[in-house]
Amino acid sequence: METLIDIVKIVTVMGILLGVVAYVVLLERRVAAAIQNRIGPNRVGWQGLLQPLADVVKLVMKEDIVPRNAHRFLHDLAPIISISIAMTTFAVIPFGDSITLFGRTIKLQIADINIGVLYILAMTSLGVYGVTLSGWSSNSKYSLLGGLRSSAQMLSYEISMGLAVIGVIMIAGSLRLDRIVEMQSGWMWNIVLQPIGFITFTVAAFAETNRHPFDLPEAEPELVGGYHTEYSGLKFGLFFLAEYSNMVVASALITTLFLGGWQIPYAAEMGLSGNLLSVLQVGAFCAKVLLLVLFFIIVRWTIPRFRYDQLMSLGWKVMLPLAILNILATGLAILLIG
Amino acid sequence: MLEYYIPLGIMILFGIAFGIVMSKASEWFGPKNPTDVKQSTYESGMEPVKSARERVSVKYYMVAMLFIIFDIEVVFLYPWAVNFRKLGMFGFVEMFVFIAMLMVGYLYVWKKGALKWE
Repeated sequence: METLIDIVKIVTVMGILLGVVAYVVLLERRVAAAIQNRIGPNRVGWQGLLQPLADVVKLVMKEDIVPRNAHRFLHDLAPIISISIAMTTFAVIPFGDSITLFGRTIKLQIADINIGVLYILAMTSLGVYGVTLSGWSSNSKYSLLGGLRSSAQMLSYEISMGLAVIGVIMIAGSLRLDRIVEMQSGWMWNIVLQPIGFITFTVAAFAETNRHPFDLPEAEPELVGGYHTEYSGLKFGLFFLAEYSNMVVASALITTLFLGGWQIPYAAEMGLSGNLLSVLQVGAFCAKVLLLVLFFIIVRWTIPRFRYDQLMSLGWKVMLPLAILNILATGLAILLIG
Repeated sequence: MLEYYIPLGIMILFGIAFGIVMSKASEWFGPKNPTDVKQSTYESGMEPVKSARERVSVKYYMVAMLFIIFDIEVVFLYPWAVNFRKLGMFGFVEMFVFIAMLMVGYLYVWKKGALKWE
């Protein structure tokens, strides 16, 4: 029975995640169009709402081209690694407290493991493999450059990402993500206690997801398409999906760690309780995640791209010392103030 | 204890299955008429020159090595951070010494120019 509930939860969450990702793509295209004073896709369905469906059908009907010189097995494997890691990272993120259905209390989190933060860092490290393998296996210079740049960039920013979380862990005293969310009740969100941690983590998350202004791995003007130049059809689509689901997962992670997760300030004082409160909390979580996704999108269309040496020196010479100073400052604050 | 990991395992299996099915879908439904030119390496319309499997700039190896060093330090910090309140001032000073030594290495790497990209 427990396993059945788990499977139902997993299928629901994956379905919702995929749906959200598909519509985030549409959202990005519409926002980009609005910023650039264009109209954007608005022909398929009302206001272009069926556009994601049309895109998937188009990608499925395309020919799957594998270059003659490519390493066939790794070329096939890379998109699978990318998408499966992008989707399974969500497993430890609590998207609500708990809900009572048919006399059972169901926790709104797929896997309630006690090493949640470590799991997320491990999964983001594995994400490098999809990009690097796709770049190398294609045997194309553009792909190789994209893959190399991307692996160096993701490795560099992963250190700042790992260090930025440590302040939060020191405050919560736990690696469990649900515990970290519980600690942030009311307005005691970690963004208030850890402003530098929040900034370093958000910047590192932009770099980890290869989003603008750190999207050098796929910088169109110089690398054609970057690591996925030699992919077509749904394999290309999978890289695209993986990029957007990484963005959604990164937003969910920032929400959980710094913006209070599913917490609604003053919810207890307003006298809400039971399932209504749980549903509202899930709604609050989704709203926070969507606002962050919108932030990711607006940043992409308003800020110019970094040069590669600027990107690396920002990661190693600014973010790393800043994150370490943040740890020491947090330690002193906890010891002196309590 | 281990039963908390069962849903995680199921999720990973679902993710891999999703990836395999989706990446095969184009092979199943798409057209198949490969030609010699279509399967050649894309190089902006030029004739492909040599292979891409050449030697790679040493800087990427440097980044990988530095990453291993610093990431292990980060992993060392995690158990310390979880138990920070229990360790108190003693733990803080110990970690301060550790980070100070790490910073000496970091400054050495910086001065040697390993972090420099032109």
